[in-house]
Amino acid sequence: MQLIPYAVAMAGIATLPLAFPWLSFLFVLAIAMGFAALGVALLLRAGLISIGHAMFYGLGAYATAFLTRWGVTDLMLLLVGTAAISAVAGTLVGAFVVRYRAIFFAMLNLAVSMVFFTLVSKLYALTGGSDGMRVGAPTLFGRAYSRAVIEAVLLYGSLALLVVVGFLVHRYLQSSMGQALSAVHTNEIRLAYLGVSVRAVLLAAYAASAALAGIGGFLAAVAIGHVVPEMTYWTASGQLVLVAVLGGAGTVAGPFIGAFFLEAVRSLAAGYLAESWNLVIGVALLVVIFFLPGGLHGLMHAGFVPRGRAA
Amino acid sequence: MSAALLSAAGVTLSFGGVRAADGVDVEVDTGEFLAIIGPNGSGKTTFLNLCTGYLRPTAGSIRLEGRDITGLSPRAIARLGIARAFQIPQLFAEHSLLENVMLAVAAEQGFWRPLRPLDRPAHRKAALPLLELMKLDEHAERAVSELSEGIRKLADIALALALRPKLLLLDEPTSGVSNAEKFALVETLAAALHNENVTAVFVEHDMEVVRSYADRVLVWDQGRIVADGPPNAILSDPRVLQNVVGVT
Amino acid sequence: MSIVLPLLVDGLAEAALIFFVAVGLTLVFSVLRILNVAHGSFYSIGAYVAVLLGTWVIGRGYAPALTFLSMLLAAALVAVVLGPAIERSFVRWTYGRPEAVQILVTFALFLIFEDLQKLAFGVQPYSQDAPMQLLGVSSIAGVVYLNYSIALIVLAVAVAAGLRLLLARTRFGKLVTAVVADREVAQTLGINTERVFVSAFTLGVFLAALGGALASATSGVAPGLGAEAIVLGFAVAAIGGLGQIEGALLAAVIVGISRVVAIYFMPELQPVAPYLVMLTVLLVRPFGLFGSPAMRRL
Ligand SMILES: Nc1ncnc2c1ncn2[C@@H]1O[C@H](COP(=O)(O)OP(=O)(O)O)[C@@H](O)[C@H]1O
Ligand SMILES: [Mg+2]
Repeated sequence: MQLIPYAVAMAGIATLPLAFPWLSFLFVLAIAMGFAALGVALLLRAGLISIGHAMFYGLGAYATAFLTRWGVTDLMLLLVGTAAISAVAGTLVGAFVVRYRAIFFAMLNLAVSMVFFTLVSKLYALTGGSDGMRVGAPTLFGRAYSRAVIEAVLLYGSLALLVVVGFLVHRYLQSSMGQALSAVHTNEIRLAYLGVSVRAVLLAAYAASAALAGIGGFLAAVAIGHVVPEMTYWTASGQLVLVAVLGGAGTVAGPFIGAFFLEAVRSLAAGYLAESWNLVIGVALLVVIFFLPGGLHGLMHAGFVPRGRAA
Repeated sequence: MSAALLSAAGVTLSFGGVRAADGVDVEVDTGEFLAIIGPNGSGKTTFLNLCTGYLRPTAGSIRLEGRDITGLSPRAIARLGIARAFQIPQLFAEHSLLENVMLAVAAEQGFWRPLRPLDRPAHRKAALPLLELMKLDEHAERAVSELSEGIRKLADIALALALRPKLLLLDEPTSGVSNAEKFALVETLAAALHNENVTAVFVEHDMEVVRSYADRVLVWDQGRIVADGPPNAILSDPRVLQNVVGVT
Repeated sequence: MSIVLPLLVDGLAEAALIFFVAVGLTLVFSVLRILNVAHGSFYSIGAYVAVLLGTWVIGRGYAPALTFLSMLLAAALVAVVLGPAIERSFVRWTYGRPEAVQILVTFALFLIFEDLQKLAFGVQPYSQDAPMQLLGVSSIAGVVYLNYSIALIVLAVAVAAGLRLLLARTRFGKLVTAVVADREVAQTLGINTERVFVSAFTLGVFLAALGGALASATSGVAPGLGAEAIVLGFAVAAIGGLGQIEGALLAAVIVGISRVVAIYFMPELQPVAPYLVMLTVLLVRPFGLFGSPAMRRL
């Protein structure tokens, strides 16, 4: 019965674009952002704030662009490839940053992401610099399709991905490894005294969070057809943090709710707010922190979910 | 090779000018229920911190079953079979009591299964009897942040027991527990440890508890062991009475 | 040698600018125990205000030497207007709250400042060159140096020494030292900790804004400056050990030299050199050169 709202939301996402085709693109972008924000939310469970996760989002996007340039255009291969590339990158970066907590963790993520941003902006010959890179037309199981078909595949494919990956992440959060995340936050020393490697707990989460962000970047890259360095800029990371906190970091659904909400605001207010989008994000972040500690998801469920069972 | 389960030799550590461990030599044999007494600040907790790798000695060595564990991390030492309960309970504040113990059970039974729920029958089956043993079962579903200090102390011990250690180090297990319940608690603990064949070292302030349950007593003062022997002999030593009992 | 020395002066001059950010960050951290992500914004705002004032001075036909005064004035203005206001509103609210909340709040402020600057100043770069022109160049043994760069290095060392003196010799310094050593004890001794917080925070803002003001004479001021300043400032503060003034100075020198080495051997690596230094130092010493871990008693 708890599943009913989710089923309704899914049905809405699946059918609304039939009536309003322009929604399809927005929905895919929202799901893409939701994946990346879910990655940020995993780390938030351990009390760790990454203000550099747009790097992995951008990495997934650039990996998609490079793979299509090298002739890998199959959507399934691209998905698996970008997830694997970002997971490996997450493992490498994570091996360094999970040694740190609090502000050190936040700032080191920011620093690494700024190095990445500098590289993709400056290596003009390779990445096209600030012009970005085109993403080649994707194929499916070896066949090319019209843009309309690819768009439908993207929408329903990303919905399916959302369900499958969302379920896996949900299971992960219920597992000892997932529950250990908040245990790291509340009492890291006790966890070590149980013989559990805190670093391994965090590294697994970091690699997973990077893979999730990479999947988001892949979806965005294919949907937009073009990738630019701004996708990896720190303000984009800030947006991911907002989406994670806005939706409520405690659940898998939260970041997606946050992403749809933000995408809706952005498309409704694009004309007025485009110049001051960071301002909107910053103010929204403050509002959530000051007034909505449980995020939108917490708001919707307030009073319905018994305490301690919300996750 | 000696038959000692744990042996410390010349273990030394200072904080600034304070000698918290000043060449500690001691052997703990398998099956012992050993009490540590001594005034506040004499280095009892520091000794447990050294044995579990939270602090590193500047000199000396610590061995578990003959194997040198000096300088290993708390995690590595826990995996080798030393568990610890803390003077100030160390729990996972966002989890229920049962979940706390299940995390410890999972740590012992296999932690690295990303898709297998923590809350599963096998984990409950191992965790619930421990809660019953410690008379905590009625609080199982409550968040530990809501529990009283005394209950949290017991929960902390339950976490350590869940690891099924060879050696259990208890830092003042009865502080925070009411006088009326103290004896029952130590009685239960002693029986459980005996059943599971666990060796235990416990820091204790209540001399009656020490007299009734300890097999052997170590008296600590200023980072040194100043007396070591059976409870009756030790607790009738006038020096000990003056130094330790007088203070507490 | 004839190439290395000017490069070294350049590298150290840039390091001096970052030192102003880092030392303010470190000072605020040791007193308030929060690390302010928005600190980099004070650097860029200081830079904008300094250019505007400097351009106004020149435009009105006043003596160009007054631009030095206008840089100082810009920093003071930013500090007095923003320091107390930000500390008393958002920053104060985060005291005693989880570090995650402190990071989120100051990060949100950072995002807001970033766009407010864009709204106020647009996206085109601003610059002023009067101060640099005025000081000119000097040539030692056939090698030409910018006097402005040398002045920056001297000023950074002077500020470090001045801060030390301030902390060691003045009443304010004693109050700060007491609060850093033990906040609760300081409070029971009747020290007005709130006043110390506001003053220390405002001093931190002043230092960052001064760095930005001085930087406005060396390169264009444009969006993104604040982000770079906070990350580099944090890198320097972290390398030195959070809370360590001398550590920050030494770290700034190391970062400055690392840039020179990068330019000399691998120019492409120059922008990432400070980060590589930070990575290496933190791998070996997780709490920085002069820092030490805070251990929980069990
Ligand atoms: N982490 C620490 N830093 C500095 N001093 C410490 C630390 N831990 C313990 N001490 C000091 O070492 C001495 C022994 O402390 P402790 O082992 O806790 O004593 P006990 O448990 O016997 O009361 C005390 O003087 C205490 O203040
Ligand atoms: Mg003690």
